[in-house]
Amino acid sequence: MSLDIENKTTTNEKLKTEEMILNMGPQHPSTHGVLRLELQLEGELIVNVKPHIGYLHRCFEKHCEAMTYPQVIPYTDRMDYLASMYNEFGYAIAVEKLLDIKVPERVEYIRVIMGELQRVASHLVALGTYGADIGAVTPFLFCFRDREKILSLFEMTCGARLLYNYIWVGGVSHDLHHDFLRLTKDFVDYFRPKIKELNDLLTFNKIFIERTANVGILPLDTAINYGITGPMLRASGMKWDLRKDDPYSIYDKFDFDIPIGDGRMGTVGDSWDRYYVRVLEMEQSLKIIEQAIAQIPEGDVTSAIPKRIKPVVGQVYSRVEGPRGELGYFIISNGTVNPFRVKVRAPSFVNLAVINELCKGHLVADVITVLGSIDIVLGDVDR
Amino acid sequence: MSQYFKNIWSAISTVSIGMKVTFKHLFVPAVTIQYPDVKLELPERERNRLYMNMDDCIGCDQCARACPVNCIEIETVKSLPDEDLGKTSNGKRKALWVTKFNIDIAKCCYCQLCVFPCPTECIYMTDVYEFSEFKRDNLVYDYATLSPEERVQKKLNYEKFEVEKAAQKAAAAPAAAAKKAEESKEAKPENKEVKPESKDIKPETRAASPDNKEATSGNSETKPENREDKPE
Amino acid sequence: MIYDFFYNLTGSQILAYVIGSLLPLFIFILPFALVAVLLERKVSAHMQDRLGPMRVGYHGLLQTVADILKLIQKEDIVAESNDKPLFNLAPVLVFAGSYTAFAAIPFTSAFIGSNIDLGIIFIIAITGLSVAGILMAGWASNNKYTLLGAMRSVAQIISYEIPTILVVLSLIMITGTASLNKLSEMQSGHFWNWMILGGPGLSLTKFLFIPFMIIGFVIIYISTLAEVNRTPFDIPEAESELVSGYHTEYSGMKFAMFFLAEYANMFAVSAIVVALFFGGYQSPFGYLGNTLHLPWLIPIEQFFWFIFKGVFFVIVQMWLRWTLPRLRVDQLMAVCWKYLIPIAFVNLIIVGLITVL
Repeated sequence: MSLDIENKTTTNEKLKTEEMILNMGPQHPSTHGVLRLELQLEGELIVNVKPHIGYLHRCFEKHCEAMTYPQVIPYTDRMDYLASMYNEFGYAIAVEKLLDIKVPERVEYIRVIMGELQRVASHLVALGTYGADIGAVTPFLFCFRDREKILSLFEMTCGARLLYNYIWVGGVSHDLHHDFLRLTKDFVDYFRPKIKELNDLLTFNKIFIERTANVGILPLDTAINYGITGPMLRASGMKWDLRKDDPYSIYDKFDFDIPIGDGRMGTVGDSWDRYYVRVLEMEQSLKIIEQAIAQIPEGDVTSAIPKRIKPVVGQVYSRVEGPRGELGYFIISNGTVNPFRVKVRAPSFVNLAVINELCKGHLVADVITVLGSIDIVLGDVDR
Repeated sequence: MSQYFKNIWSAISTVSIGMKVTFKHLFVPAVTIQYPDVKLELPERERNRLYMNMDDCIGCDQCARACPVNCIEIETVKSLPDEDLGKTSNGKRKALWVTKFNIDIAKCCYCQLCVFPCPTECIYMTDVYEFSEFKRDNLVYDYATLSPEERVQKKLNYEKFEVEKAAQKAAAAPAAAAKKAEESKEAKPENKEVKPESKDIKPETRAASPDNKEATSGNSETKPENREDKPE
Repeated sequence: MIYDFFYNLTGSQILAYVIGSLLPLFIFILPFALVAVLLERKVSAHMQDRLGPMRVGYHGLLQTVADILKLIQKEDIVAESNDKPLFNLAPVLVFAGSYTAFAAIPFTSAFIGSNIDLGIIFIIAITGLSVAGILMAGWASNNKYTLLGAMRSVAQIISYEIPTILVVLSLIMITGTASLNKLSEMQSGHFWNWMILGGPGLSLTKFLFIPFMIIGFVIIYISTLAEVNRTPFDIPEAESELVSGYHTEYSGMKFAMFFLAEYANMFAVSAIVVALFFGGYQSPFGYLGNTLHLPWLIPIEQFFWFIFKGVFFVIVQMWLRWTLPRLRVDQLMAVCWKYLIPIAFVNLIIVGLITVL
């Protein structure tokens, strides 16, 4: 401590306890991909968290400018690789808006079934890996076993398990396999008791609740200010789902609920709420799938696919409710077969920004809990 | 105080429920398939390695244009008007010699976009997924069935034909019919004479076009034909 | 009895003692550690609907042999800035701490390593040696994360010894002896003479004890689980947490010694629980040797029963590991100081009151 006579201050006020910078590097078993988190610690408490991203940047948006409109679809698959159907869905809807074409009703039903199955699969990964980070390894394996069934349904339809190239502009690439609807119904009946088993094993387990309740509380106004969407926003108490508030495709024909977080184990908007909202959403997706299977009409799925896509000069922004949040596509076309600009509003990218607010004042071990509850996919963050 | 006892009770009860679930799973048969001994049954629409049937290819270049990663390279030479290349299996008449048809299977992203534009359905995806190689160059599959000498020869033929055509046009019109008759008779023996010349040119062309991988491409050519089934 | 046998065989007391003390190590602990590693992998696999090791040997039975061979031939890395004497000594101390506890555990009525009257107190004291070993391992690795992990582990082990001792004290109050050998002898007969069901004899106090014995059993099982660093208390060795644990820097045979010590410790604590509450080596139904009039069969049967009960509790420990998530460090301490210790104290007082009456 020294005296500064001229400025009449003492450096005592500027004396800081030693702050440590800890690096949770790009290679870490729990960061769900290549994400670097720079933690500024004071003892065990966290003062600041800075995420460094870009390790998986593959220049998707620049690449689209060299591809024709149908060739962009395999690239959109690879952005959020755990929810590929939804990426394709969003893009197809955007280009169809630009071209002003209407797809047959059977195509709409198929897209909804595929999208909701994909939502269940993506949430299973999120829940399983979250449990594995917390230390419960068994639910991870159970979730993946169930996800395998969904992936084999997809494999039967389009031939691929993860990156489908199935939903095309103006339709879908193949019609459904003749066994598909029966097997999907079997899956829905098989999966409902599995959700209950997951709840028994993990969701209501006292140790899990102790680890996740009151950790990473996201107040509603902070969430809205940061632009958070998806299950994170719903867990903070707001009933906002694009499938009901800005309906696209035929979602207005289905009857389903929007689960929100109610803070029954802690506060509204903590990690447990975010986890539980995802569990409830899986059930609602099953409801939608059942209704769609019952109502699906016959038809030709490839009749509306244009031979050559050359839209008029214009721009469009369209958004869908992906499993991680609002996935938006902004496409500018200049009249040629290649898009002029494709900009993607990636939900994980926007959701990751709030990690600093969530982790302040918690211990180091809670960073992993919070990060798992945000549910990011690095392919989406970096594109 | 009651919260204290509630905590204890909920801890014990949830732990026992969890233990019951895990205990039940001890008696559920495993879902693992022991891979190298037992292989999974793949569905019919499975998309793994590409296969291309050269007999049906008309060299239209649609698949190369549809590919988003540019992994198909096609070069064709127009055939001479009197050469007959035969027909494809669905009746189309072939008019182009395909001198180069390389698919770099390491670049392929298995998106299936090349399958749909093909007018003769000669390119399709099979269910072969065990095709790893020790050398990266072995993953460039060469499907063209012409031997390297024939490829060079076709090209030279066509160039000669073009030159002759230009010369004919430059010559007088009334003499064209008679000259054409004579030249077509000369063209046939000329073809046979060209062959020894092409043998001299061989070393240069080999150096000039290094992408003719005969030895390894021959192997990979036979592999797809032997192992795969055609889809429905 | 076994000492007399070896004494007669060799004629020298020292040799008899040496062989007698090496017996548990080679006949039991090392084979058990080998089997336990494989058992854990198979049990966890079947709980998760998968198969576990299947390739080495029939259904993977020789997997541990392959693991040991791999660990033996690995390079023994000692970094330059490590504290060499401490670094090399740490695994030995940890292993010694857990192995020495077997000296006072009665495997069978004919053999006990060291028949001291302090039995259980000796065991609890000697497991403190492994605490020193862990601290040495964490410090000598010259890595701030292992040091943090080691300190957490030490805090955990030391705190959880208190509920253990409280329950043991209540048991000593009932039976009046601290020697595990005498305790096991007291529980002879059929299974209604076991301490968990109130102890030998048939009186009112026996039935009054039963709920408190059950509570005591649960408390001691949980606290010994924490002493062995098993999930849900395995913060020091967790892989997916930030701090990787005190045995990160070890490779090859030294790592194998840590591993061996952990499985030996698992069995030691389950053996203690069995000896205290479940009748030690006594059989629940009576002996085959008695009905067949073959007295030499009885110690063998008792050995078998002891192993069976001990392995059963080890499997319950594995079952808990694969069901439950991990507790955070401060919650771990809260469970110990706020829940286990008050309940153990109340238990002790009530048991004491009942004994006096």
